[in-house]
Amino acid sequence: MSYKAKFRVWRGEGGEGKLEDFTVEVNEGEVVLDIIHRLQATQAPDLAVRWNCKAGKCGSCSMEINGRPKLGCMTRMSTFTEDETITVTPMRTFPVIKDLVTDVSFNYQKAREIPSFTPPSDVKPGEYRMQQIDVERSQEFRKCIECFMCNNVCHVIRDHEENKPGFAGPRFLMRIAELDMHPYDVADRKDSAQEEHGLGYCNITKCCTEVCPEHIKITDNALIPMKERVVDRKYDPLVWLGNKIFKRSSSKS
Amino acid sequence: MEIERHEYDVVVIGAGGAGLRAAIEARQQGKRTAIVCKSLFGKAHTVMAEGGAAAAMGNVNSADNWMVHFRDTMRGGKFLNNWRMAELHAKEAPDRVWELEAWGALFDRTKDGKISQRNFGGHEYPRLAHVGDRTGLELIRTLQQRVVALQQEDEKLHGDAEAYIKVFQECTVTRLLKDGDAISGAFGYWRENGKLILFDAPAVVLATGGIGKSYVVTSNSWEYTGDGHALALLAGAKLINMEFIQFHPTGMVWPPSVRGILVTESVRGDGGVLKNSDGKRFMFDYIPEVFKDKYATTEEEGDRWYTDQANNRRPPELLPRDEVARAINSEVKAGRGSPQGGVYLDVSSRLPATEIVRRLPSMHHQFKELADVDITKEPMQVGPTCHYIMGGVEVDADTGAADVPGLFAAGEVSGGMHGSNRLGGNSLSDLLVFGRRAGAGAASYVDGLAARPKISPDSVDAAKAEALAPLERAGENPYEVHHELQRTMNELVGIIRKAEEVTEALEAVGKLKERARGVGAVGSRIYNPGWHLSLDLRNMLLVSECVAKAALLRQESRGGHTRDDFPGMSSEWRRKLLRCGLSPDGSSVTVEEKVQPSMREDLIKLFDRDELKKYITEDELADFDALVKE
Ligand SMILES: Cc1cc2nc3c(=O)[nH]c(=O)nc-3n(C[C@H](O)[C@H](O)[C@H](O)COP(=O)(O)OP(=O)(O)OC[C@H]3O[C@@H](n4cnc5c(N)ncnc54)[C@H](O)[C@@H]3O)c2cc1C
Ligand code: SF4
Ligand code: SF4
Ligand code: FES
Repeated sequence: MSYKAKFRVWRGEGGEGKLEDFTVEVNEGEVVLDIIHRLQATQAPDLAVRWNCKAGKCGSCSMEINGRPKLGCMTRMSTFTEDETITVTPMRTFPVIKDLVTDVSFNYQKAREIPSFTPPSDVKPGEYRMQQIDVERSQEFRKCIECFMCNNVCHVIRDHEENKPGFAGPRFLMRIAELDMHPYDVADRKDSAQEEHGLGYCNITKCCTEVCPEHIKITDNALIPMKERVVDRKYDPLVWLGNKIFKRSSSKS
Repeated sequence: MEIERHEYDVVVIGAGGAGLRAAIEARQQGKRTAIVCKSLFGKAHTVMAEGGAAAAMGNVNSADNWMVHFRDTMRGGKFLNNWRMAELHAKEAPDRVWELEAWGALFDRTKDGKISQRNFGGHEYPRLAHVGDRTGLELIRTLQQRVVALQQEDEKLHGDAEAYIKVFQECTVTRLLKDGDAISGAFGYWRENGKLILFDAPAVVLATGGIGKSYVVTSNSWEYTGDGHALALLAGAKLINMEFIQFHPTGMVWPPSVRGILVTESVRGDGGVLKNSDGKRFMFDYIPEVFKDKYATTEEEGDRWYTDQANNRRPPELLPRDEVARAINSEVKAGRGSPQGGVYLDVSSRLPATEIVRRLPSMHHQFKELADVDITKEPMQVGPTCHYIMGGVEVDADTGAADVPGLFAAGEVSGGMHGSNRLGGNSLSDLLVFGRRAGAGAASYVDGLAARPKISPDSVDAAKAEALAPLERAGENPYEVHHELQRTMNELVGIIRKAEEVTEALEAVGKLKERARGVGAVGSRIYNPGWHLSLDLRNMLLVSECVAKAALLRQESRGGHTRDDFPGMSSEWRRKLLRCGLSPDGSSVTVEEKVQPSMREDLIKLFDRDELKKYITEDELADFDALVKE
C-alpha cells in the first residue's frame, strides 16, 4: 500500500530559494498536505506551510502542485502515478514569505476597498424577509473560502504587478456582485466596480472559475452579470433604479 | 533587540466567532481594540462549523421560546451548567443571529422568508439557523466583514482604518503580563518572521478556542493547543469542568489521514441513521433512563417524527452526543463495527440524491474528495472523534470576567455554559452571546480603571527568554513529544476512563513535561513550525494535566466524562465543580472542589419534579417542593 514518492518542494525565504528534492513515504488515502506534514515531522522541521481545517473548508493551504493552483488538503496522492515527481511551489502572484507560505495581504487590502453591505436604514434586525430563491445567487458567492487561488491565477495580475493597484481580482469583483445581488443592499456599486475595482480588465477567460475549489461559477454567475449590469446602467440609469425597487418589493411580498 | 510595542484599551486573543464578536463590541463602545490570531483573518476554527447556530426564534415551530431552549441546554449538560449562562444564552441568541443578518449574513430561508431552522440532537424544536452545512463560514465571514465595515468608518472619520480596531494576524501570544494582580498586557511573536511583540493593555479577552490537538483522533485543527486555557492558568485564573470533553459521535474513520474529521450532525438531523454491521439501527437499544419518554421506541415512530413532530417522538439517533458516542463505542467493541472500525451512517437510503446534495453539500464533497465515497449511493463509516471541551476559564456569566482583574474569556475557552455536555449548535450561539458580553465587560472594566496597570520589564524579559529557549538548544524533536502526548490522552483519558489508566496518563504527562523542557527547534525564526510547536507543548501539557487530574477525581459518569469504574450519575457530584489552578511554584496543576450554586427559583420552576428528581439530591428536591407549594 505504501510507497516512496519523489517530491520537489520550493524552499526559501526573503526572495531567494530553490527546489529541493525529497523522497518520502506515502500511505493509502493520503493527500499532498499529509506528505508535506510528513516532511516536517521527519526531514524538514522548519518547512513552512499554512493549513487549518484539512478538509477544504478554510482556504489556508493554497499552493501550486505541478504548476496548478490547488488546496494541498484536497489533492489526493492517488491522482498521481507512483513514479511521478510531484513539484510543490507557493502561489506565484503573491510574494513568498517562506517556502510555501506567501504574503496574501493584497487580498485583505482589496477586501477593505469594497464598500460594505448597506441595508436600508429603516429595516431592523429580525425584520428581514427574503425568499430562498432571492438569496441563492449571493449565497453561491458566499461559499468562498478565501483561498485566493482565483486571484493567484488571474492573468491580469499574475505576472503584472503594475495592474495590482487598480484591480480587485475575481475574488473581490465577485464580492461586489454578491452585494449587488443581495436583496437588501441599497448601495450603487456599478460605477465603482468598473472604475475603481477594475472589472473592465477582466476579459472573461474563466481561469478563475477553473481553479475555484468551491466550484463557484465566478465568471458566469458573478463577473459577466456584473458586466451586464454596468452596461445597462451606462445606457439607462432607470434600469438600475427599477431593478432595485423590483428586488425590494418582491422580497417583501 | 527592540521589541515592537503597541498600546490598546482591549486586546482580544482569538479571531473566531467569540473573539470577533468581542472585538466588535469593544470597538463599538469606543475602545481601541486589537485582535490577535494565530492564523490568517477569517480562518479560525469557527470557519469549520457546519450545522448551525441554535436560537429559539420560533421561525419553524412557533412553540419554541427561550425557556424551552434553556431546558434543553440544561438537560444536554446534565444539569451541571452554569444556569445563569444558559439563561442568558437562550434569551439573547435570537438577537445575536438577527444582528448578523443586518450585517449581511444570508441564512437559508423558510417559505415565509424568515431564517430557516433545522433539527439537531437534544433540541426539542427545529432551532438551528444555518446555511447549508457551512454555517461557521457564514458566521465568521459576516463578523470579519463587520470588522472591515467598522474600519471603513474609521477611515472616513480619522483617516486611518486601523485607528480603533486592528487585526494582528499570524501572531501568537505566549504570556499574559500583570501588574500586581491585574492584567497589564500580553506578549507574543509573529509567526511570519519570529519577531517579538508586546501589547500594553489593561484588558485582555481570551477567545482562543479549544484543546483537541492533545488527542490523536480529533476534529480540531493545529490551532487547538489550549493556549488560552494555559495562559489563563499561568495568569492565576481558574479553569472549571476540565474533565468534560465532547467526543463527537461521527468523525470520519477512513482513510487514516482524515481520521477524526467531522461528519456533521445535520446528517442525522436531516434523516440519516446509524447502523451496525448486522444492518441494525442500534440506537434504539441505547436510550438512557433519563430520556426514556422523549425518544421513539420504534423505527416507524422515529421516521414519522421527521414530518409530524407534534404526534411522534424523535429518533434516538438524535440523542445528545455523549450518548451516541458511547453507543458507537460499545457497538464497535462488541464486534459489530464496520471494516474500518466505525459504524455505518446512512443517508443514501433515506433521501433522494438531489436533496442530499442540496442539504449537505460539503459532506457530499468531503466524502467524495477525501474517501472516494458517494454519500448519495452508499453509507459512510463513522466513529467518535475528540471535538469540543466543555471546560474552560471560570467566568462571571454577565461580563465574561475571570478571577484575575482585567482578564475576560468567551467561547470555547470559557467554561460553565455547557455543563458536562454541549448540544450541537449551542456553540456558535454561545460565541455571539458571550463574545458580545465579554467585549462589553472589558470595555466597562477599562472605563472604571483609575490608572493603567504597568508592564514590568522583568516580566517581558522572562517571557522573551521562555519564547526563544527552544531555538537556542539542540534538543529532542518536538513532534515526538507531541505524538506521544496525543497517544497518551487518546488511549488513557478518552471516551471511557478508569482510575488506573488516568493515573498512568498522569505519570506519562509528568515525564513528557520533563522532555518538553528539552525540546529544540532547528532553523531560523522565520515561519518555523518546529519552534511554534515547541512552545505550544507547554500549553497542551498543562491542559492535559487539568483534564486528567479532574477526570481522576470525579467519581461518576456524566456527559463528556464516563468512568468505567463509576458508571452511574451521582446527584451529590452534580453539586460539585472541579476547579483547576496552578500550584504556587507554577510547576503543576491543583484541583479543588467548589459547590455549584443552586438554580434561581424562577428557573428551577421551569422543570417538572419528575425530571428534576433524576438529577438532584433529596435535599434539593425537598427545597423544590417547598418552593412550588409557596
Ligand atoms: C468541524 C467542526 C464543526 C463544528 N460545527 C459546529 C456547529 O455546527 N454548531 C456549533 O454551534 N458548533 C460547532 N462546532 C464547534 C464550534 O465551531 C467551536 O466551538 C467554535 O467555533 C469555537 O469558537 P471560538 O471563537 O471559541 O474559537 P475559534 O474559532 O477556534 O478561534 C480561536 C482563535 O484563537 C486564536 N488563538 C488561539 N491561540 C492563540 C494564541 N496563543 N495567540 C493568538 N491567537 C490565538 C486562533 O488563531 C483563532 O483565531 C464545530 C467544531 C468543529 C471542529
Ligand atoms: S475570467 Fe476575468 S477575473 Fe477570471 S481569471 Fe479571467 S480575466 Fe481574471
Ligand atoms: S472564489 Fe473560489 S478560488 Fe476564489 S478565493 Fe473564493 S474559494 Fe478561492
Ligand atoms: S487546510 Fe483548510 S482548506 Fe486546506
